[in-house]
Amino acid sequence: VKCSKCGGTAVINMRQHRLRLCADHFVEWFVSMTQRTIEKYKMFAPADKVLVAVSGGKDSLALWDVLLKLGYQAEGVYIGLGIDEEIGYSDKSLEMCHNFVAQHHPSAVLHVVDVEAEYGQTITTLAHTKQRGRGRPCAVCGLVKRHIMNRVARDGGAMAIATGHNLDDEVAVLMQNTLHWQTGYLARQAPVLEEREGLARKVKPFVRIYEREAAAYALVCGIEYIYDECPFAKGSTINFYKELLNQLELKSPGAKQQFYLQFLQAREGGKVSFVEADRVELQPCVRCGQPTTAGNLCAFCRLWE
Amino acid sequence: MKAGSTVRHVIEKAGFNPESFLAVREGKLINEATLTEDGDIIKLIAVVSGG
Repeated sequence: VKCSKCGGTAVINMRQHRLRLCADHFVEWFVSMTQRTIEKYKMFAPADKVLVAVSGGKDSLALWDVLLKLGYQAEGVYIGLGIDEEIGYSDKSLEMCHNFVAQHHPSAVLHVVDVEAEYGQTITTLAHTKQRGRGRPCAVCGLVKRHIMNRVARDGGAMAIATGHNLDDEVAVLMQNTLHWQTGYLARQAPVLEEREGLARKVKPFVRIYEREAAAYALVCGIEYIYDECPFAKGSTINFYKELLNQLELKSPGAKQQFYLQFLQAREGGKVSFVEADRVELQPCVRCGQPTTAGNLCAFCRLWE
Repeated sequence: MKAGSTVRHVIEKAGFNPESFLAVREGKLINEATLTEDGDIIKLIAVVSGG
């Protein structure tokens, strides 16, 4: 199979784009697709400081790499969750981030926040001991990560937090929200979540990129990443939806892309509309100052009570 | 696996969905239509992760 651009040996066939590319042209396409997405959704400008949430996985490291190649002021933030589960998950993830910097961008800035060192407990311990975490480590983890990312973005003057969510992540969430008719979520799910009352702006520059392409980019560019997924995410509903969607994609190339991008277009064009639940006013937490709907202490600060 | 099979066939034969896997030979990414040769060692990489 030959590269659609130069006739060299193709390393990837992207059936949804009817495009087969060699390693060099794939990298060029991938970087340019990310740039076009940043511009299309007006995510950030070259002068803005962007904080990339890195986990040591393929998507976030690929994103950081692309943003740095494009010349953006992209700093990384790694949150040490203290998840071991006999595979040293968090330690390995941090090592991947350090290796990435050393091998690919030695002058890049990586902020490391270790949850246990700063707050006294790991995610695993919190999940076992707190009412909020009982059987739901992902709920605690999400809360902790959102709080810390927001704090680092605010302290460092970042214009936005960029995450490595790809099209497969977004389309799986869309499917979940549609199957449950979660109209509030369907109203909000978007490539950009605007800043509001102390909550940093969040952007997803990979929303038009398939997960398979993000993995391919990491492999082609020699970016080492953690293959293990979070032990707590195994068997998650989202992964189940991703597999279902890939079965659909196999029979109908482009199905995932169509479902997600046409949803965005239909909503933007007013062909479908969802009513967002009334927004509760946010107030600063009396301890940390981050916005909360709870009044007095925010959910994050209550975790450590 | 018989030499001369496509990578796509190898992935399917292993019981996986080619949309969810990439194939690597000698450290290099290979496309799904690549024909396998005698003695090839092909590593399949799952691309789906989440959480």
